[in-house]
Amino acid sequence: MSQLELKRNKVLEARFVADEDVLKHISDNGGVKVRKDKAQLALNVKRFVKTLENISDDDEAQEILKEQNYVAVLGACAEDSLRNGPSAGGGEIYSFQTPKRSGKMAELASELAQTPGKNVTFESSQYPEKPASTPQSSKKYSASNKAQLKSKNNEFVSTTPYRLRKRLTAPSLRSDSESDYSASCSEEEEEDKDHKETSDVILDRKTPSKTRAAPASKKTPAKKLKEEMTSNLVEEYFEAHSSSKVLTSDRTLQKLQKRKLDQQTLLVLLNKAPPAFTAELKELNQQHESLFSKWMLQLHLGFSIVLYGLGSKRDLLEKFRTSLLQDSVHLVVNGFFPSITVRSILNSITEEVLDHVGTFRSPLDQLDLIMKRFKEDSSLELYLLIHNLDSKMLRGDKSQQILAQLASLPNIHLIASIDHINAPLMWDQAKQSLYNWLWYETTTFSPYLEETSYENSLLVQQSGSLALSSLTHVLHSLTPNARGIFRLLAQYHLENKDNPSYPGLSFQDFYQRCREAFLVNSDLTLRAQLTEFRDHKLIRTKRGTDGVEYLLIPVDNGTLTDFLEKEDEDM
Amino acid sequence: EICACASNFSRARSLGWAEVLDTGARGGRMSTSSVSKGCFVFKPSSKKRRILSPTADYFSQGKNDSEDSDLRFATCQLLWKQINSETEKIQEELNKQLFDNLIRFLRQSHSEFQTKKTEWMCRMKSSEIPTAALVLGVNVTDHEVTFKSLSEVLQDNVTPYVISLQAKECPGIKHLLQKLMGQLMDCCVDLDSSEEEECVNISQKKIRCSMASLSKWYESVTKKTGSETPSKKRTSSSRHWQSPPIVVIFKDMESFTTKVLQDFIIISSQHIHEFPLVLIFGIATSPMIIHRLLPHSVSSLLCIELFQSLSCKEHLATVIDKLLLTTQFPFKLSEKVLQVLINIFLYHDFSVQNFIKGFQLSIVEHFYSQPLSVLCCQLLEAKKRVNSLPHNQCENIRSLPSFRRYVESQVSEKQIALLTEDSFLKEVTQTLLEDLHIYHENYFTVLRCLHVFTTSLPKYPLGKQIRELHCACLGKRVWETEEYESAVQLLRMLAKDELVAILQKCAEIFISSSGKQFSNTVEKLEEFLARFQNLEAETNEVQDVSVSSQKELQKKTDLYHLQKTLLALKESKRSKKLTKFEMLRFEVVDFIDSLVRSYLAPAEMQTLNEVVYFNTANTLREHLNAAPRIALHTALNNPYCYLKNQTLKSDVGCISNTAPDICIVYKLHLECGRLINLVDWLEAFSTVVTAVEGTDPDSVATDQVDEIIHARFIRAVSELELLGFIKPSKQKTDHVARLTWGGC
Repeated sequence: MSQLELKRNKVLEARFVADEDVLKHISDNGGVKVRKDKAQLALNVKRFVKTLENISDDDEAQEILKEQNYVAVLGACAEDSLRNGPSAGGGEIYSFQTPKRSGKMAELASELAQTPGKNVTFESSQYPEKPASTPQSSKKYSASNKAQLKSKNNEFVSTTPYRLRKRLTAPSLRSDSESDYSASCSEEEEEDKDHKETSDVILDRKTPSKTRAAPASKKTPAKKLKEEMTSNLVEEYFEAHSSSKVLTSDRTLQKLQKRKLDQQTLLVLLNKAPPAFTAELKELNQQHESLFSKWMLQLHLGFSIVLYGLGSKRDLLEKFRTSLLQDSVHLVVNGFFPSITVRSILNSITEEVLDHVGTFRSPLDQLDLIMKRFKEDSSLELYLLIHNLDSKMLRGDKSQQILAQLASLPNIHLIASIDHINAPLMWDQAKQSLYNWLWYETTTFSPYLEETSYENSLLVQQSGSLALSSLTHVLHSLTPNARGIFRLLAQYHLENKDNPSYPGLSFQDFYQRCREAFLVNSDLTLRAQLTEFRDHKLIRTKRGTDGVEYLLIPVDNGTLTDFLEKEDEDM
Repeated sequence: EICACASNFSRARSLGWAEVLDTGARGGRMSTSSVSKGCFVFKPSSKKRRILSPTADYFSQGKNDSEDSDLRFATCQLLWKQINSETEKIQEELNKQLFDNLIRFLRQSHSEFQTKKTEWMCRMKSSEIPTAALVLGVNVTDHEVTFKSLSEVLQDNVTPYVISLQAKECPGIKHLLQKLMGQLMDCCVDLDSSEEEECVNISQKKIRCSMASLSKWYESVTKKTGSETPSKKRTSSSRHWQSPPIVVIFKDMESFTTKVLQDFIIISSQHIHEFPLVLIFGIATSPMIIHRLLPHSVSSLLCIELFQSLSCKEHLATVIDKLLLTTQFPFKLSEKVLQVLINIFLYHDFSVQNFIKGFQLSIVEHFYSQPLSVLCCQLLEAKKRVNSLPHNQCENIRSLPSFRRYVESQVSEKQIALLTEDSFLKEVTQTLLEDLHIYHENYFTVLRCLHVFTTSLPKYPLGKQIRELHCACLGKRVWETEEYESAVQLLRMLAKDELVAILQKCAEIFISSSGKQFSNTVEKLEEFLARFQNLEAETNEVQDVSVSSQKELQKKTDLYHLQKTLLALKESKRSKKLTKFEMLRFEVVDFIDSLVRSYLAPAEMQTLNEVVYFNTANTLREHLNAAPRIALHTALNNPYCYLKNQTLKSDVGCISNTAPDICIVYKLHLECGRLINLVDWLEAFSTVVTAVEGTDPDSVATDQVDEIIHARFIRAVSELELLGFIKPSKQKTDHVARLTWGGC
């Protein structure tokens, strides 16, 4: 059953034809058609397909026209708003998620790797037909990302997706039939059906309809896909989100034997990497820097400035600060700092800018004082630079409200940067008008080095090593007995790592073990010790269904193993 | 926390201890990255601190024509000040009616309390709190201004005790009462002399905020005013009433929690006989919300009267009328800019404040970017300024497209003179500016006149609002558009009384306009009106004729003759010339048409229009209505848009493999479903990157290179996480979850 479902999923694959093309089609008439065809969706498939085929070109044209009108009415700026002329309609960006399959990324990678600077034209007629009959094993990967050539249906003459073929030179394909891109897992075959039809007219026959919604037809893949998209958008959405099964490979980083990187080595390594496009980046930055005095002007006129766009805007703001704000009071806030709070921002203002001594009952009181002081004394002036106003710690409604109220003061000038794609959702109308934003696109393409350098913004590779270092640090400050207690628990934890229903070590058992190892002499001392562990988040306790207290170590097994090894070395 | 602490530690190691320990350092060039804190205050030494506001400096900075920039900035500021005060005036006028009604309501609701306390007690036995429900509309951002002026008005005319509460300040009834008492005490301080301030401050903290203490306070305050010196009493009583009511304004009623509201109402209804309390609810949606928020038992404690503020559309119409469709302000918006502002208003927020903000921004942008905007001031002043223009500004004039068009239309000697002699150019510029001014005077008058005509048409082919008509006329020759044609056609079918009414209105408009050219027009219009009057007499005669013919018809009984006369009648109808009314109507329409053609020429055709028209709509849209997601999408999908490097050039939908790491990682992640395996991702990434670097992916790469790629991958992935495309997932080891759909 899951196989069938899986196949259906696959058929709905949408991104095989050049992405933009497809998406453009979707965005052009997707929405309209879906609405239009919703009723028909319930009818039987054949009729449905027919109706779809009947939709004439002018129909489409009309719909596109409608869409355009709508866009024009919205003033949605797709055509001419962006300085650099890129156009991306809403549909392109906010389209539905399409089900993906696991091998896809590897394929794209090899494709990109193969692609020289320019794209190579592809002649489909030359494409060699390639029988494929290796027994399938869908989740096998070779390390070099090569050749998993398997397909259970011989009828597939070619299994390379349309897009790949489009971009690859025929010779390179012919050279080895077992190359990466010819590979396809069993999950791929269904979509491939859609695509191979173009290259091979002979193959024009209907596949037995395992698939409900996508009977083959003689259309170009793009067109066909578009229709599929429109017809199944709704179903597709639910399919993509209903199945809890996730089709990804089971490989883990541990098996790769990669040395885990800590922050320092990461920085060292990144410094070794050759910088790219320095000239272009410099030019971009110069463009932005030419706006500095304009920003100052607008800040003084009561606007706040928000910078958006890809790339770290920290250096830009720093440059702004050092070149224009040296002679005025200013406050720099690193929003990406993991433990930043609005309170700390307010404290910096009251304590350091206003030289106020005393504490406040709530941030609101503090804000009141600040507002009062700034309103009273018009000579007070403060520039507020906030890097990453949308960071996790500041994006809350209350924080934003307070910051917005600060920004609304005429002698506090706020300039901030945002990066998160959903950042503008933080603000409702009221807050926006308090902020009085002027938006500036400052795409810098510079790496977010500082912003991502804190532990909690980094991914797995790092968290392991850092958790390890923290484990050792904490444990080194403990008594040998306490270390022993923790070792006991860790060892027990590792012994049970393969047991999925392992509830943890019950307190009584643990106490028994500790006694046997002469680590504690009463259950009170053990409890005291455990409290210390818990305070450092080294262990977690959980009550089982029988009311017994179980102890767990909330650290992943790999780190724990490493830790134990290291401990052994030290001993 | 162990993690944060550890991370700080490791970062500290990587950055060197010195920096971690420098947290106390102050002043100039301190770094803003630290592992121990996120806020950095920089205070320049007091000597260095600037004394004067240097706004003007920033205006001139980065511009080479600095001679005029000061003047330009001053003009800009002055203009904005005028416009701002005008908008405030408009707002005041619009609100006047509403506020008057409210004050009347307040007066009525507590008149008994003032005159006879016993009666008040009687009435208030029912413990009903007089409540004004103020329906303000969805444009929440405008409410702030309204409430501000409302409380000012109330404080000036009714009572010193006006309290404004916002939902976000009152998460619980306790906070609400605290806030209320706090504000009341402040009022009290304002009213009394400041000597009591200290004791009030102390009491404010100590007082257990309750209704009982509130009523006690009210009693003491009213007593105090009673026992004050007569002189003081007179001043206070002249402004306020005796025993002034306490007015509590709930600015955003919808966002208050039900519980807080209910509690407050129930508690205060218990105390209503002790002091006069009036509530004002600010409502953004509909008055129904009161009943939805409050159960019947609570809402029955309120004696609600409904007040409706002016709709934001009318407000906008007035603003446009007073700011844009007038020669009072020299600055003008071009069609596209106006369209952008109106679209933001209609499709985003309905906020007049934001519209005005956009207007302000366009003023600033115009004066900042257009050096010739120095001439964008009142006509007389502008003429003076023309005389003192430096040479480079003259060159600026010569390079204006509209001026070039003008030069080309002149005879050759004049052309040469215009292009070579500054003095002659200045002379011509003066006359051209005057022409422009006259053009505007005529334009607005004729526009209003045309608007009177078009609003009477069915389906409004040229728009219902005058702003739509204005946009249509500004952009292109309106008489060449289809809409105009159909409008004219409809005009030719107007009934007589309608037409007469419209003509009368037009005549009024022309008479009230300042333009001198319109004396002829007015005469003409009056002539038309007179002719319409005469027509009535004539039509009577015509009717007589037709009646007589019908009588004839009745007389003849012979079939043959009947047929003959009928045929004759039919013949005469067919060939009948237009009636006099129809002829006149055609004449009127043609006359209006000629007016339109001669006066409503698009602004772009006017010479020197660049001086007063702001027309870079894109800047405005970028700054006010930005699309950050699109920018991000473009940067990730098509880095060539930003980095003009040939190697990055690629077809639609593809990406060059030399693109920045984050673009490649992003592109790869698009191929995945909800979960992404990091190992696969890393491998795919390294496949791409190694291919670019020319190393054969098959050969065993050096460990060094591998590490670097790994590091680059980590960076790119964490950048994507920062941007919100992915997040760590616990569903499967070494997986991350995708947070976006489809393309972005």
